[in-house]
Amino acid sequence: MVFFVAPLAWLLSLAVREVEVPRALPRTLVALQTWQPTQPVPDAAYAALTQDLVDARAASTLADAARRLNYEVNGVRSTLMRAAREASGPDAPRADAAFFAAIDPALASPAFFAAVQRARGPVSPYYLLAALDFVRTPDGAIARAPPAQRIYIDVLLRTLGISATVTLLCLLMGFPVALLLTQVRERVADALMILVLLPFWTSLLVRTAAWVVVLQREGMVNGLLLKLGVIAEPLTLIYNRVGVLVAMTHVLLPFMILPTYSVLKGIDPHYVRAAGSLGAPPLTAFVRVYLPIAAPGIAAGSLMVFILALGYYITPALVGGGADQMLSYFVATYTTDTGNWGLAAALGLLMLLATLALYAVAHRLSGGRTLAVG
Amino acid sequence: MTAMHGGWRAIYWLYCAAVLAFLLVPIAAIVPLSFSSGSFLTYPLPGWSLRWYAEVLGGGRWLKALGVSLTVGACATALSVVLGTLAALGLARERGAWAAVVKAVILAPMIVPVILIAVAAYFFLAPLALTATTTGLVLAHTVIAVPFVVVPVLTALEMLDPNLARAAAACGATPANAFFHVTLPAIMPAMGSGALFAFAASFDDVVIALLVAGPDQRTLPREMFSGLRDSITPALTAVATILIVCSTAMFLLVQSLQRRARRAAAARTL
Repeated sequence: MVFFVAPLAWLLSLAVREVEVPRALPRTLVALQTWQPTQPVPDAAYAALTQDLVDARAASTLADAARRLNYEVNGVRSTLMRAAREASGPDAPRADAAFFAAIDPALASPAFFAAVQRARGPVSPYYLLAALDFVRTPDGAIARAPPAQRIYIDVLLRTLGISATVTLLCLLMGFPVALLLTQVRERVADALMILVLLPFWTSLLVRTAAWVVVLQREGMVNGLLLKLGVIAEPLTLIYNRVGVLVAMTHVLLPFMILPTYSVLKGIDPHYVRAAGSLGAPPLTAFVRVYLPIAAPGIAAGSLMVFILALGYYITPALVGGGADQMLSYFVATYTTDTGNWGLAAALGLLMLLATLALYAVAHRLSGGRTLAVG
Repeated sequence: MTAMHGGWRAIYWLYCAAVLAFLLVPIAAIVPLSFSSGSFLTYPLPGWSLRWYAEVLGGGRWLKALGVSLTVGACATALSVVLGTLAALGLARERGAWAAVVKAVILAPMIVPVILIAVAAYFFLAPLALTATTTGLVLAHTVIAVPFVVVPVLTALEMLDPNLARAAAACGATPANAFFHVTLPAIMPAMGSGALFAFAASFDDVVIALLVAGPDQRTLPREMFSGLRDSITPALTAVATILIVCSTAMFLLVQSLQRRARRAAAARTL
């Protein structure tokens, strides 16, 4: 428990915490205490910034703060480092606006100092806003990010879209099979069940590898279609959206069939028979009697598949193209490659909230039973 | 539904057969490729050979990765069986709001996206200098494996007649005696199947291994992940085939354990 809750809470707190700037630039923040972004930047702020830069460079806390400020004011990362280097040099320059403006006009702009002020901590909504494609204008208002920088909403919508499509495909393929399992004799149902469970037990990577082999350019699907004369050129079936959808549906289908089957098995066949004896045609009996009883269970199973699909990382990473990467991919990239932990945490928080909310709905629909597959 | 007409019924069966084929054929298709004598992954095969198995089992990175996976899996399984059984014993006894919260937290790793657990573990293990160590990987895997032990053990405990423990006490057994001679044998099958699930969870994980593990902890799935990323070779299909055989064996083992548990439960209620 310690190894699950504590790390997760710590991770999520990163989404709102601001540590780098207050640690590296304490004097500048004091100098900016009463400053409003509409006023000119006070001379004291420049002096304090110079002092802070020299100290932070010596304490090697500057790099983190420069990176943090670079998220908001593009380009200041390298110029801040340069300013610190020059300010620490033997012929110490005058600590005024002209010194900073000579290195980079952005460093002498109110926008930069406003960013410093907003990052004063201990908490700020910066990363959460960024995860939803919002930015702060220099005067502190919240605005949509410029269109070229709006990527996370796209990623979020894409993640939801892929998950919804996969869920729908699973439902269309899984429900008839689950229904069939309830109608055949028990021995046959057991045998068919093994066919469903075997892929469920097979390693995720084995299954992904299988799809890579089957769908590749010289793969079986293309070979078959070429032989049949359906297509003249091999289709691109992998490293694009088609590959992601097919492979994810394959992985998640048993998660749809198993809970749906257990719900359908619990429905008393007498209901449908009673409807039939009252004169309802089979289709009517099915739609009006059977489906309404089964609906909450099916909905709960679908939501479960949707939740699992939301968090998918491996499959899209391996069989998807650059435009098919989901939220998880960005969380992982920001953690390991670019080190933008705040943004990784903010995106993770979004994901966790979505997951928990959907799970709560699924839990209610299933009447409080734990929806564990296993 | 019994009144479905012949033609529709045939179509319905065909549709279901197609879905099952969709589930099984790709997995089956990878198996013959691993016995190919050529180095391309296309049918028809140029000839049969075991060269890729020789490459995989002859040593090198695949065997090393298998060793890492088995070690980490075994440690994580042992740890999660002990912790999970203790948690289940506690949860079976306690009632009330706190117990419900604790239960929800323990079971949460089943639905929280693995990537979040992996990133959280990364941030947590880094200051403890446990990233890129086997210990760190085992701890992170234990988090995802514990629920798989708690769920079956808790179910078994709830099915257990509380009078049994009382009867043991009435016969003069100490609580420890009663636990080891009455409760433990009754939950053993559940612990066994929980352990298998826990092992499978650890053995199958890629995401945590990608983020938390270092170059010395390249597990089998992680090795496969990089293999799939770069270029897929028949050696990879040989590994996949071996894994398919292993997972099928595990699956049959779990099935027989569950059947035995069910039969034991049926015998008790009789």
